Amino acid sequence: MSATSYTIVNLPDQRTATIPKRNYLNNEDGLLSWLFTGDHKRIAILYLISITFFFFIGGAFAGLIRLELLTPQPDLVASDTYNKFFSMHGIVMIFLFLVPSVPATLGNFLIPIMIGAKDLAFPKVNLLSWYLYWIGGLFTMAALVLGGVDTGWTFTTPLSTHYLNTHVVTAATGVFIIGFSSIFTGLNFIVTLHRMRAPGMTWFRLPLFCWSNYAASILMVLGTPVLAITLVLVALERLVGIGVFDPTKGGDPLLFQHLFWFYSHPAVYIMILPGMGVISEVISTFSRKRVFGYTAVAFSSVAIALFGFFVWAHHMFIMGVSNYSALVFSLLTMLVAVPSAIKIFNWAFTLQKGSITFETPMLYAFGFLGLFTIGGMTGVFLGALGMDIHLTETYFIVAHFHFVMVGGMLMAFLAGIHFWWPKMTGRMYPESLSKLAAVTTFIGFNLTFLPQFILGYLGMPRRYHAYPPEFQVLNVLSTAGATVLGVGYMLPLLYLGWSLKYGAIAGNNPWQATGLEWQIQSPPLTENFIETPVVDHEAYDYEWLEHKTAQEVTTVG
Amino acid sequence: MHISPVLWQFLVKWLNASALFPREASTIAPYADALYFFLLLITVVGLTLVGILIFGFSIRYRKEKHPVAVQVEGSTLLEATWTIIPLALFLIVFVWGALLYFRIYNPPTNAMNIYVVGKQWMWKAEHAGGQHEINALHVPTGIPVQLTMISQDVFHSFSIPDFRVKREVIPGRYSTVWFQATTPGTYHIFCTQYCGTNHSAMIGEVTVLTPDDYAKWTQESTSGMSLAQNGERLFASMGCNACHSGSAAARGPNLAGVYGSKLQLTNGSQVLVNDAYLRDAILNPSQHITAGYAPIMPTYQGQISEDGLIDLVEYIKAMQTNYRVQQTLTTSTSNQAAPTTPGVVKP
Ligand code: HEM
Ligand SMILES: [Cu+2]
Repeated sequence: MSATSYTIVNLPDQRTATIPKRNYLNNEDGLLSWLFTGDHKRIAILYLISITFFFFIGGAFAGLIRLELLTPQPDLVASDTYNKFFSMHGIVMIFLFLVPSVPATLGNFLIPIMIGAKDLAFPKVNLLSWYLYWIGGLFTMAALVLGGVDTGWTFTTPLSTHYLNTHVVTAATGVFIIGFSSIFTGLNFIVTLHRMRAPGMTWFRLPLFCWSNYAASILMVLGTPVLAITLVLVALERLVGIGVFDPTKGGDPLLFQHLFWFYSHPAVYIMILPGMGVISEVISTFSRKRVFGYTAVAFSSVAIALFGFFVWAHHMFIMGVSNYSALVFSLLTMLVAVPSAIKIFNWAFTLQKGSITFETPMLYAFGFLGLFTIGGMTGVFLGALGMDIHLTETYFIVAHFHFVMVGGMLMAFLAGIHFWWPKMTGRMYPESLSKLAAVTTFIGFNLTFLPQFILGYLGMPRRYHAYPPEFQVLNVLSTAGATVLGVGYMLPLLYLGWSLKYGAIAGNNPWQATGLEWQIQSPPLTENFIETPVVDHEAYDYEWLEHKTAQEVTTVG
Repeated sequence: MHISPVLWQFLVKWLNASALFPREASTIAPYADALYFFLLLITVVGLTLVGILIFGFSIRYRKEKHPVAVQVEGSTLLEATWTIIPLALFLIVFVWGALLYFRIYNPPTNAMNIYVVGKQWMWKAEHAGGQHEINALHVPTGIPVQLTMISQDVFHSFSIPDFRVKREVIPGRYSTVWFQATTPGTYHIFCTQYCGTNHSAMIGEVTVLTPDDYAKWTQESTSGMSLAQNGERLFASMGCNACHSGSAAARGPNLAGVYGSKLQLTNGSQVLVNDAYLRDAILNPSQHITAGYAPIMPTYQGQISEDGLIDLVEYIKAMQTNYRVQQTLTTSTSNQAAPTTPGVVKP
């Protein structure tokens, strides 16, 4: 174990009082320059605005769901309306928010810069994938406006194909198209990371954010086509009755389950891995330490991605898969839980002997660690065969996946947005408000979803519009929590918007972080780097940074 | 329970009295709860550990206290530790969970069978004696009860939280679940798989009676015709007995004693005759031709309801057979070995 110490030089205030004259935001003017841009940073901003829009649509449905569940009686809306609410909530949140969230916004913005490239490998494909995202999004919205869809986000047959008169095909088409958008993003990242790294940027000098997005990209490219095929089959079955899933025609409804989960299990890793990358960056920066066991963290991302393909049937333990395949899938599920556990401890030990500060991204990252630990451990409950029988399809599941995806991914997303906001916009956000938002979100989150674990063990099924009265107290708590949580999500929208105009000028490297993105101006130039950088140090090398800034001080002075 | 009977009893009493815990009303429930508490324990310990690390380091190494970070590479020893300990714990959970799974899904051979048909949006139970109930199920204490379930339309899922059992109810195939109720009372039956508009109204009640009360209930609610008797009528009215007459000259195989046997097919394979096979053979006869017979049986797809199929299956089962097949396998592609009935397997 080699250990050396260093001191942070007290930098002279380098903040130029203004945003750099030329940057990617003002390089060209007019709406068209945005709509036809090939700049990965501008596309990232387009995505950021789009997913925020859809997040609040999905959130509005969450609010309606929770409002209905305030009382046991079905009093706010009729059953089919309620079913449309949770279907829309699920479809929008999964396909239009969670899957693209970190990769399409932060990943698009940062990956080329982090590896010292001027853009992604295929800028036009990148823009195309944003358009596909919107076309898919419009189909989904059309399904909503035309009267809704009530399949749930899982499109289960034969319900979706034979028993519903809603806009199933429209919504499925939307999801199908959005799928291509994510395949293109994944391909673009993979090629970029392989081909465009600056001289000296070896694989083991990559920031962990790149590793985790790389792992997620593999999943997007290999998994999403299976979803696409499944949706085509659903549409064909519905429109012309081909019967692959229909038992009365010799088809097999369980085949649908296998195909669907073969995508949708890996999809949860698509949703969480990029968030893990954000957490690595944030924790390292604010404890001023190299990430503990960098290699283990990097490889565990790839391990999670690959093994993620072999556990899909754990969604089917109660569906009459044979007892022996249930054994195998349960064992594999336990094995994929291990890399996540490893990461938690690596992050915790990154703090050890650090010099820790508690800026807003760090608070979100701490929130992530706590919530993701709970989400991960409750996953072990569900991987344990006999326990899964009682817990699956209840509110325990709802709580578990919200802990992982909302407590995990959304916390990570917010950590990342706050962390790189100064780089993206050149301005700081108001410090105390943002801390308040982080704390509010954390409290609201726990109040919303902890009661749902208990509800689940009591047996309250998910997707219930009305429920027996003995479950009410816990549901009221959950709805109260959702209100707090809602406030927690609104706050950043307001103060980040405010900061665009009134925020303090950030400077190039407000956090004194090591990544290449912090060595260029904020907001960056369209071409990122004027000359291709040569990388001669590892990621998170704070000694190198100290050395470099000390030199700059002398040259400036 | 083998952990610590006294402590366990105490805990269970206390929990059952609290509104935050489901009642333990089947023989399985204590086993499920034991695993649940173990999992809760490791979750709480794990979470506390992570909490201590984060808060401990945050206080000890905050910038004011520790202005200069000390760079550390990593540590193979530490990493091995936090790989191996979770792995070991998860493997314990895996084995424990697997044992529980087999306990929950393998019915004892003496279980009494009740059929359940799920449809949008009700549960229909059919007892062998011919009693029908909708969104209700009466069962005795102390006797293992197996449910053989099928859906008439979409996926449903049959769940009794107070028994800690649940099983998906699938269109086109039989699935089974069993339990042994311990405490008289009424408990919720939920449909837990989203099945369309009135999914949340697909709720029933299971009434657990003492064996005496159950006998009384059976007497009072009899419809006069057992399932097998209904099946016999159907067998005649659908014209099945024209071929399956049991005589040597018949064009179809004799069905007496066929249930539970292994049947030789024309294509050379052998199948175990269980509920699923019988249902399948009625609906898709051309796919399983018994060796020695011509493929002349018509399909009854679309002509017999699931209830009718159950009646027919019960009737065929009841045509003298001594074997009760282990009905744990839920698919129609079972190849589980079972004793053969002399005279049925053709060479
Ligand atoms: C205030 C925040 C939120 C609340 C109160 C909330 C509430 C709920 C509830 C009650 C359900 C279950 C519906 C049911 O089973 O009947 C649900 C499902 C779901 N939620 Fe959320 N949610 C919130 C935020 C989110 C976010 C931020 C995401 C993703 C980013 C998300 C993703 C999902 C998904 C994918 C489902 C499954 C939908 C389905 O069952 O088809 N939720 N949510
Ligand atoms: Cu149902």
